[in-house]
Amino acid sequence: MTFLLAVIIGVLYAAGTYLILRRSMVKVIFGLIFLGHAANLMIFTVGRLTKGAPAFVAEGASGLTGAFADPLPQALILTAIVIGFGVQAFTIVLFKRTYQTLGTEDLDEMRRTDQLPGGKS
Amino acid sequence: MNRIIMLPLLIPLVTAVAMLLLRNRVQLHRVLNVVSAALSGVVALAIFSATMSSGVLSLQVGGWEAPFGISLVADRLSAVMVVMSALIGLCTALYSIGTIDEDREHYFYHPLLQLLLMGVNGAFLTGDIFNLYVWFEVMLISSFVLLVLGGLPQQLEGAIKYVTLNLLSSAIFLAAVGILYGMAGTLNMADLAVRIPLLEHRELLTVVAVLFMITFGVKAAVFPLFFWLPASYHTPPVAVSAVFAGLLTKVGVYAIMRFFTTVFVRDDAALIYDILLWSSGFTMVVGVLGAVAQYDMRKLLSFHIISQIGYMIFAVALQSPLAVAGGLFYMVHNIVAKTNLFYVSGLVKRLAGSYCLRDIGGLYRLYPLFGLLFLVPALGLAGIPPLSGFWAKLVVIRAGIEAGAWGLTAVALSVSMLTLFSMIKIWNEAFWKDDPRGEQSAGRTEYHAIGRLKQGMIIAPIVVLGLVTVVFGFWFEPFFEMMMLVAEELLEPARYIRSVTGGVL
Amino acid sequence: MYSVILATASRYLLMLLLIFSVFLLLRGHNEPGGGFVGGLVAAAAYALYFIANGIDAARRIVRFEPLGMIASGLLLAVLSTLPSLLAGKPFMSGIWIDTGLGPIGKVGTPLVFDFGVYLLVLGITLTIIFSLAEEDSKS
Repeated sequence: MTFLLAVIIGVLYAAGTYLILRRSMVKVIFGLIFLGHAANLMIFTVGRLTKGAPAFVAEGASGLTGAFADPLPQALILTAIVIGFGVQAFTIVLFKRTYQTLGTEDLDEMRRTDQLPGGKS
Repeated sequence: MNRIIMLPLLIPLVTAVAMLLLRNRVQLHRVLNVVSAALSGVVALAIFSATMSSGVLSLQVGGWEAPFGISLVADRLSAVMVVMSALIGLCTALYSIGTIDEDREHYFYHPLLQLLLMGVNGAFLTGDIFNLYVWFEVMLISSFVLLVLGGLPQQLEGAIKYVTLNLLSSAIFLAAVGILYGMAGTLNMADLAVRIPLLEHRELLTVVAVLFMITFGVKAAVFPLFFWLPASYHTPPVAVSAVFAGLLTKVGVYAIMRFFTTVFVRDDAALIYDILLWSSGFTMVVGVLGAVAQYDMRKLLSFHIISQIGYMIFAVALQSPLAVAGGLFYMVHNIVAKTNLFYVSGLVKRLAGSYCLRDIGGLYRLYPLFGLLFLVPALGLAGIPPLSGFWAKLVVIRAGIEAGAWGLTAVALSVSMLTLFSMIKIWNEAFWKDDPRGEQSAGRTEYHAIGRLKQGMIIAPIVVLGLVTVVFGFWFEPFFEMMMLVAEELLEPARYIRSVTGGVL
Repeated sequence: MYSVILATASRYLLMLLLIFSVFLLLRGHNEPGGGFVGGLVAAAAYALYFIANGIDAARRIVRFEPLGMIASGLLLAVLSTLPSLLAGKPFMSGIWIDTGLGPIGKVGTPLVFDFGVYLLVLGITLTIIFSLAEEDSKS
């Protein structure tokens, strides 16, 4: 299972890196989403995969018994997903607005802020 | 007393919520913004004096003991940074009243500014790495919106670059946090400082350290990770650029300082210091060369941010108490001077009609006092005695010589010549030379059209920050002694650890 | 594209999903669920209604302005921290009151916090959906 997840993480990182290097804004946003998911899966995998119950103390018991899954990676991932959700939604709206305003989604054409005024390149 | 650490986070949050609830009362937003910033200032000073007198303050949120819960910690370094963020927050709140148009105000400019300050304060005060990630995101998302507010084409273009690169760095941060947790089983900074030296499997430690360095390097705009900064910082209104320039990159520098002194101690991070030393040299040179080529005043200043970050990183990487104290003093001085220069650039635009230095001129003849207001932060930044930048550079360079880093010290010195050159360029072009559009008459500009109160709101922050630069320069010693105390505490993490973990671990 | 089946179904599903979202919110403390999931389910209910009936109809049935929800959600979250301060406990500690009523059990500040999260998530998601949908209908 860990091996499978490792492969998936690797594929996600590779695909994400490839996509953010593209010139199309849509591909870049997908690349960013992939990278975020890869990081989330990585936290999940690195936090040890255990077959266990959620870390809840049963009614009347004084502590955890038996195998239980580490709740912290799950909490981290949940937080990261929530943050990622908000940020990605914002980015999509931003990219859409940019496309509408500038009329292009080719990142190579967005050089105005990097040029010297009057410069040609 | 420890509970006071909550306030730099709660005050902006409550203010932002109040503004959202009263969302059509824009006039009230302005007042609330100033009041909240002033309150934060008082609280920040209280925290600062408490950390100076009685050591590290820490708070376990929700009563969950460290390392299980989230700790908020204020040591002297955090306290200094919180004071600076409150100062810049207050000045920007005033400056915004004079410069931000009503449309932006209706689209939640003021609450966003408060949330930005909350994120910045949170990053300074947290004692938990994942929590640091969360505060970074709070800060980033508010800065994203502030950056695009208004939706001009160049703003959107700048924002695309800013957002993409910062999201990339967030993804790297997250991956680094995950690996670190897998190795050490904790994310509390104090707990990590205890556990990392005891780890058995250390193979990935360098990888994690480098990942963190890249993340914070992107935030701090270190060479070669700075490209988003000059592409975006000159696009939003000046008040926004100023607060970004003053605070956001410095959060990255703060994180580097905190991380590679408290969490990773010297031996584990030796490689990082080497990389940082090298890249600091490039950061200084590339930044200043970029600045020299520019004619847009805000772009010129944006490149200077990068160059100045180089000095701070240089000092941090040297790691001696003198160097760290110098780096800190440099950071404090730079936050003040750089923010002030951005304010000045906004005033230049309002008086002369353009940011482009080629198109304007003759400001000194029309407004001689304004010339003085520009010269204080400009010469301060370049390092002319007796202003604050001179002392900051002196200490950093002295620490460089003591550490035997001759080459980089020489670089630092020559870069400061170029800094002076580009400041004089602004002076010559905007203030000294005749206006290329012919004689202008005083008193009929954008600035004069806005009414006395707003004019005062623009001038006041420039004067206040200028005075701070002068005070730092003339009364350098007491401030520097404070910075020495801060640096000593930072390089001795034992007190920090004891305060957070209560001496249990 | 208007579909009678979807439009009719969404009217009933909306109600069911909203009830389900509150159920998720309330069971969240000790079992999977909580304010975030609840808020998302509620937002999904409105999103479904919007897909079936169009943006104007969806705006009409959302009684409160999404921005107001965001503000009041944040306000609730902040208010939920006050009792711990008044009780002199560490900041953001959970304070619980046993109501003594069997099925309700204990009520505490985390519930208030969770309800704030619920409103916040619902408000934000609706804002996103509405702003994206409105730009579409304009262009």
